[in-house]
Amino acid sequence: MAAVQETIDQVKSIDVTEYKYGFVTDIEMEKPAKGLTEDTVRYISARKNEPAWMLEWRLDAFRRWKTMKEPDWARVNYPPIDYQDIYYYAAPKGAAPQSLDEIDPAILETYKKLGIPLREQEILAGVAPENRVAVDAVFDSVSVVTTFKKELAQAGVIFCSISDAIQERPELVKKYLATVVPVTDNYFATLNCAVFTDGSFVYIPKGVRCPMELSTYFRINEQNTGQFERTLIIAEEGSYVSYLEGCTAPKRDENQLHAAVVELIALDDAEIKYSTVQNWYPGDAEGKGGIYNFVTKRGDCRGRNSKISWTQVETGSAITWKYPSCILRGDGSRGEFYSIAVSNGAQQVDSGTKMIHLGKNTTSKIIAKGIAAGKSDSTYRGMVSAHRKATGARNFTNCDSLLIGDQCGAHTIPYIEAKTATAIFEHEATTSKIGEDQLFYCQQRGLSEEEAVALIVNGFVKEVLQQLPMEFAVEAQKLITISLEGSVG
Amino acid sequence: MLEIRNLVVKIADEDKQILNGLSLTVNDGEVAAIMGPNGSGKSTLSYVIAGKEDYEVLDGEILLDGQNVLEMEADARAAAGIFLAFQYPLEIPGVATMTFLKAAMNAQRRARGEAELLTPDFIKAVNGAADRLGIAKDMLRRPLNVGFSGGEKKRMEILQMALLQPSMCILDETDSGLDIDALRIVADGVNALRDPKRGFLVITHYQRLLDHIVPDTVHVMSKGRIVKSGGKELALELEKNGYAGYADAA
Repeated sequence: MAAVQETIDQVKSIDVTEYKYGFVTDIEMEKPAKGLTEDTVRYISARKNEPAWMLEWRLDAFRRWKTMKEPDWARVNYPPIDYQDIYYYAAPKGAAPQSLDEIDPAILETYKKLGIPLREQEILAGVAPENRVAVDAVFDSVSVVTTFKKELAQAGVIFCSISDAIQERPELVKKYLATVVPVTDNYFATLNCAVFTDGSFVYIPKGVRCPMELSTYFRINEQNTGQFERTLIIAEEGSYVSYLEGCTAPKRDENQLHAAVVELIALDDAEIKYSTVQNWYPGDAEGKGGIYNFVTKRGDCRGRNSKISWTQVETGSAITWKYPSCILRGDGSRGEFYSIAVSNGAQQVDSGTKMIHLGKNTTSKIIAKGIAAGKSDSTYRGMVSAHRKATGARNFTNCDSLLIGDQCGAHTIPYIEAKTATAIFEHEATTSKIGEDQLFYCQQRGLSEEEAVALIVNGFVKEVLQQLPMEFAVEAQKLITISLEGSVG
Repeated sequence: MLEIRNLVVKIADEDKQILNGLSLTVNDGEVAAIMGPNGSGKSTLSYVIAGKEDYEVLDGEILLDGQNVLEMEADARAAAGIFLAFQYPLEIPGVATMTFLKAAMNAQRRARGEAELLTPDFIKAVNGAADRLGIAKDMLRRPLNVGFSGGEKKRMEILQMALLQPSMCILDETDSGLDIDALRIVADGVNALRDPKRGFLVITHYQRLLDHIVPDTVHVMSKGRIVKSGGKELALELEKNGYAGYADAA
């Protein structure tokens, strides 16, 4: 109850009735011509001073992409995307900043407005060391700054932009890039290989527990620009890292494409906890504008007894197409997926996970909570499979949908494939609805309409929110309440 | 005290008028019963008093202790002391009954400018009331009304009534769907709440509930108006002769 009241108070105090991050930063940007050709790929690679092997890798991906077809199996509808009408690179003008003082003040101001301080002294003020969060800030196509690099380096942790990693640690990038999501995995992933611009790189050495939370904050600012981020996280034997990403974009009338690839690799006894609070601009109530969020995220539990856990709170984007998955290769490895997908207005969500059991005695858990309001449509699509050698594989899946009002839809599409008789897979699903009658009932007992919705929604998502780091859980709860504001009555 | 004067109500999006100049007074400490045939507007009356938005009040007023409640939102009316025991209590998924009860009690207390309940006091109050109504403790941990039987839902309504301590209780067809044992438990729960400061408006189609909750006054409703008022003997007369004689009285 205290948490509920806290949410209500916070929402009231910030007085937001619509998308809060929709402002545009006015800044001079450098962009190639619109459209996608080999020259675009060469341009991006050149802008990043990439080694020849990287350019070759990109061009190879581009050639393959041209032979592929956009997938259409998801339960989402959108007009055809004109891939020649998009900017594939946009970076603030001028030389890359070497320190915070060289960053355009407009960018610093942007992150400040978003509640992400980039100056370490500001972060340090009043924050206990164990609560510090290191941030990589990606603005359109480039990483503008990564904080606490020095402190992390002392622990042996590498946390930098993927562009820097390609320059400084090519051996690690070559060894792991595209080993979880192959270049030709799917249409959007292949496109990403050709034109990815920036993203984060994390390397945790053997036996190291990363001393602070790592996070990346993605911001799309430019018009007609796609964001193609690439993130690679490697946890060596016996290491641990918790990573969080956040995303926002200005309100614009046209749709913008975000096609990211995230790869996680956990070696023996390592653990990666990856959390997402996705709040891209969702478009207006009629479905005009908003981000197309077509993302491939996959973790490889490559080592024995390794563990990867995905937690996502998805409130933004016009269309979400996203299935953070785990390949449970190492014996005794474990995959987890905790998800809250909130859709309102005209948003469409097709999201879920894949748990691919390959090793012996591997376990996985899926807790997916979908909340649909307005005229939105939400689909959970999940696959759990066990290879014939994955003896003793176990999965527990729970998918719950909550409908608010009577114009939205929720769908659950589970796929289950067990090729060993020793696998034990459990699946539970429920659908419930908050209608006007329920709200009247709550009001008759003394709760206001907002209190009633917050009470029901918080009860519904509690189990997943508990998986998030504390400070983000509060943020996420707030976000969910805001996203659903005005969804009833 | 609840005073309803010349109440004229229609369904918000339709031209259909349901209440046609209804007047009724329920004094503090009084148990008033409203009986009437199906479609006479009994449930509409309960919803309009509680503040459901599907209706439009064209004329008349509803006063609770002299205060016009028609200007108030449903939650404010609840905090002012109006309680409606629903004919079909709604299921609230994902919210444990205990959590819901505490949220409701504290919301009303806040609205009245009172301090929130201390958790030990709250738990003591709930456990005491649940015991009296024969409600098992594990039910209090389950989401409110989800998967409850008809009888359990009705008992849960009375539990809420006991905890919220309203000054005006409206029971809408509380006997529907109850077997005789459940009816007795619910009626005993209501009788335990009878108090010189509390009024009751008991809406029912059948006389049998009034054998257990004995009313002070009985009103016959037809076509959206009170067509006859009397003592408890009026209910017996209705049971014997049916509503036929009142159909044309409106």
